[in-house]
Amino acid sequence: MFKYYGKYAPYLFLLPAAIVLVIFFFIPFFQTFALSFLDYSKDIYNPVFIGLNNYTKLFQNPVFYKVLWNTFIYLFVAVPILAIFPLFLAILINQKIRGVTLYKILIYLPVIVSIVVAAIAFKWLYADQGILNYIVTTLGFEPLGWLTDPKYALYSVIIVTIWKGIGYYMIIYLAALMSVPKELYEACEIDGANFLTKHLTVTVPHIMPTIALVTTISAISAMKVFAEIYVMTKGGPLNSSKTIVYYIYERAFENLDLGFASAMAVVLLVIVMIFSLINILCFEKNKYQI
Amino acid sequence: MLKGFKIKNIYTHIILISISLLSIFPFIWLISTSLKGNSENIFAYPPQIIPSDFTWANYSGVWDKVDFIGYFINSMIVAGGTVILNLILSAMAGYPLARMEFRGKKITFFAILATIMIPFQAIMLPVYLITIKLHLVDSVSNLAGFAGLIMPFAVNAFGIFLMRQAFLGIPREMEEAAIVDGCNVWQVFWRVLMPMVKPSLAVLAIFTFIGSWGEFLWPSIVLTKETMYTLPVGVNNLQGMFSSNWRFIAAGSILSTIPILIFFLAMQRYFISGENEGAVKG
Repeated sequence: MFKYYGKYAPYLFLLPAAIVLVIFFFIPFFQTFALSFLDYSKDIYNPVFIGLNNYTKLFQNPVFYKVLWNTFIYLFVAVPILAIFPLFLAILINQKIRGVTLYKILIYLPVIVSIVVAAIAFKWLYADQGILNYIVTTLGFEPLGWLTDPKYALYSVIIVTIWKGIGYYMIIYLAALMSVPKELYEACEIDGANFLTKHLTVTVPHIMPTIALVTTISAISAMKVFAEIYVMTKGGPLNSSKTIVYYIYERAFENLDLGFASAMAVVLLVIVMIFSLINILCFEKNKYQI
Repeated sequence: MLKGFKIKNIYTHIILISISLLSIFPFIWLISTSLKGNSENIFAYPPQIIPSDFTWANYSGVWDKVDFIGYFINSMIVAGGTVILNLILSAMAGYPLARMEFRGKKITFFAILATIMIPFQAIMLPVYLITIKLHLVDSVSNLAGFAGLIMPFAVNAFGIFLMRQAFLGIPREMEEAAIVDGCNVWQVFWRVLMPMVKPSLAVLAIFTFIGSWGEFLWPSIVLTKETMYTLPVGVNNLQGMFSSNWRFIAAGSILSTIPILIFFLAMQRYFISGENEGAVKG
């Protein structure tokens, strides 16, 4: 095809997006590293260069390990559930049954509702004399401090994240299920396979790439949780529900210790970039083919 | 022949109805609480879903004390501005990446791809410092405040790649015909190609809108004036305003959810059809 555009046209078209990406992605990306070598804690207006001291401080700080550990618990609990349970739901919904659209709308509802409202709704369910403790006591147990007991707070918050994500991943799985050839199921049924073997031998292998994709996306978003924690527990009690992003927020915007918070941000950056690289290189390669 | 057990529809329905109920129950309980009058104990055991002292008073009470219309307008300005900028900037950047040959194309492509790996939460401190340096904060003016809320999210790699994919799907003859008719490159883009990628623009608009509408972290960092609050920030603020008045907090939360609920029900096919999922979300 003949070249109908001038020499500068491509650059002019790219320019507006490039300006935004440079100012709000690339510069901040490098500046995050730069800030992590500065000490803001004495004078916020005159930071001093302290080399790797923020990292030393970070790795000597027990809260850092607590926060890191909490974030990994978040991953280990939320990710497997979000990778498996929505698939099960998608398989159920993918049958010729009535009311499919209504089920999809209801299960998707938590996805579109603001996380702040969702967190408030759960805070109310978790109240000391709330409805969940009614169920717990009716079953003959002691009422739980869902958000006030350090043993449970983190898991109570994780439940909200899971509850809000199920619909999203279910729809991703539904799209993937459409691509499984029907003949495979028919062959399976002739062999007399039951529900479980049918899906373990046909569905799961066929949509393995989607399962892997959901695993990495949900892992990346689990690394980034903030609002649930901010609204429900503020990271407490005793740091028991504090995760990386909340800790960055707290150190930066409440303690104004930007250097320390940036060292923390670098740790987050490295972890998320590893997950993202796996995602892009393994599962979404064809989407980004040049 | 032994026929393995086959899930009957009745079991499927039981499971799906249970999950659907679990999905909406937190909202149902919030609605129930918001409709209970002062003479009814909201901590009563056993809990009552149907209010015995039914009232709308909590809604009118919270409406009088909280400027929901203001929050709503702020959210509309921010989400609207974010959507418009995303549509224009993503399409403009996607077009040359799909259709033109130029020096540095590869490096541009990979630079944009690299931004996918950078989570906003990790770079938000410098973004905040830059936003202040550019005077895009509400202490300067409301307009600057809105710009500060919008600009960091004005374009992203997902949108650019979505639009690039859309332009790749258009037959080249369209452009050739337009050039023969005397169009210049800007007219080709704006008058010929843009109308043809409307479905992708719609998807980008809807998902950008939802994302921007629900954004909480960034506005809660940059906003200093209550008159600038967006809905999520305003709703979170209810907790401080009414401390343990759960009737008001519940009513306010439900009120704030009505706009996005209407939007979702009107656009539901985009969300639940599964064709567009994962296309834009970061």
